[in-house]
Amino acid sequence: MIKMGAKVNLISGRTIVQGQNLDNKLSEEYFNEVATCELNKADMERLGVAADGHVKVKTSFGEVVVKAKEKGGTPEGVVFIPMGPWANALVSGNTHGAGMPQYKGIDAEIEPTEEEVLRIKDLMKTYME
Amino acid sequence: MVEITDVVCSLCGCVCDDIVVEVEDNKVTKVKGACAVGKSKLMGHGRIESPAIRENGELRDCSYDEAIKEAAEILAAARRPLLYGWSSTVCEADKVGIELAEEIGAVIDNTASVCHGPSVLAIQDVGLPSCTLGEVKNRADLVIYWGANPAAAHANHMKRYSYISKGYWTEEGKKNKKLIVVDVRKTATAKMADVFLQIEQGKDYLVFSALRALLYGYEDVVPEVVGGIPKKDLLETVKMMKEAKFGIIFFGMGVTHTRGRHNNIVNAIQTTRAAHTHTKFNIMPMRGHYNVAGINQVCTWETGYPFAVDLSRGYAWYNPGEQSATDLLIRRECDAALFIASDPGAHFPGESIRHLAKIPVIQIDPFPNPTTEFANVVIPTAISGIEAEGNVYRMDNIPIRLRKLVDTEYMADEEILERILEEVRAIKEKEGE
Repeated sequence: MIKMGAKVNLISGRTIVQGQNLDNKLSEEYFNEVATCELNKADMERLGVAADGHVKVKTSFGEVVVKAKEKGGTPEGVVFIPMGPWANALVSGNTHGAGMPQYKGIDAEIEPTEEEVLRIKDLMKTYME
Repeated sequence: MVEITDVVCSLCGCVCDDIVVEVEDNKVTKVKGACAVGKSKLMGHGRIESPAIRENGELRDCSYDEAIKEAAEILAAARRPLLYGWSSTVCEADKVGIELAEEIGAVIDNTASVCHGPSVLAIQDVGLPSCTLGEVKNRADLVIYWGANPAAAHANHMKRYSYISKGYWTEEGKKNKKLIVVDVRKTATAKMADVFLQIEQGKDYLVFSALRALLYGYEDVVPEVVGGIPKKDLLETVKMMKEAKFGIIFFGMGVTHTRGRHNNIVNAIQTTRAAHTHTKFNIMPMRGHYNVAGINQVCTWETGYPFAVDLSRGYAWYNPGEQSATDLLIRRECDAALFIASDPGAHFPGESIRHLAKIPVIQIDPFPNPTTEFANVVIPTAISGIEAEGNVYRMDNIPIRLRKLVDTEYMADEEILERILEEVRAIKEKEGE
């Protein structure tokens, strides 16, 4: 069960629309698909977030604002963000000596927010500050 | 209008080679037989229009000659360069890339590093009882997708090669086959399964261990629930594995990206071995990019190792976890980077990108993407499989030649790399005088 400020399990992965826009990442289609997070219905209700409502997801490595989407089949307490720049803002570079960052199974917190979702160019600018 | 048959798709590791494309006025106008993702790739998207060099924070258009010269100067001056990507281009370009890495004493790494790198490590550890996708199509009667969602990531995989395909001994398609899916989420693939095992995130190692125990006949040591999966479902799975004539486990990022990494894959391979005490069983990684298997091949022929190879010593040194791209960047060790046929701006952890924003970066790619936002030199390229031909390796390591469908004025990856190499050699020769 997701509670405000409680830890959730963050995973990332592919979606069809993300794949269709692999060569088209600066597009609206990519933004609308990838700058999102999927939660199940019960977790959406507990958070008090409507479809396309904004949520802030935080980990020890960063934070990012994305749109919430209800997705059946997602277990309680699990948050899925399609692979891409928004998910990776939350990923650690620690590979535990294996070369592979941990893109799945990240301790995260989630809360509703009024803040805007950063566009891709603005998100990349945050790395240049 | 010209119809081209037997077109090879250059998107994912399926490398489907039965696509039909219509070309009119040197443009792809219709695609038949590809999945939604492959079709999108073949139909095309907005391109990087010109080579460019960043000046005062802005990209300024320039000629190929100027961009190539600038790239060569950056690489020749670097003390710890990283050359990364290589998976969405052809083997011929990869070969030149390795020559360039050797010339400048670079670390050369490819996208396996953030994809099936852990699988490569596991295979080096315990081997891989595997087969070709043709064998799967013609023989498999039990297909298991574990931590993989082909309905989203390899959308033609089931139709062409596995559960839905019709082959020599599987002429009735899925009617006589079984599908098991293991995943954290009930994905589109999971919805098709005869048995769906909804595993708790990060518990793959435990579930593989339980299956191994059951396959070896040690039912008494397996608890009532393992990784969120009831023992009765594990027993049913093992029964199906034992009864299969030819089983295959396809595994994806669900096991490589999570806690345990290569150890999960070692256990998956050992589970396959345990099934050998009963029947014929195979296992195969669901490779992502269409030629990530190919760069692993080329890199192995040329250096002895498949990824994360350090050539700074004058000979090949391999220690993934130390010289993998992410580790180099987190340690802020490299002082220049060349990215080709990959997009670390979108797919590397934010922590790594922070260092990339501080060092000179060369991007060689057909499309603008997040990497373009911090690249200092941008070199547009022909799209392999649409505007350029060459060899690639499918996920089962079968080589297939990509075809050229339309003409282009963009330079191909291989030529760009050859030109950079030539310039680097000229600079070094001048320095040596």
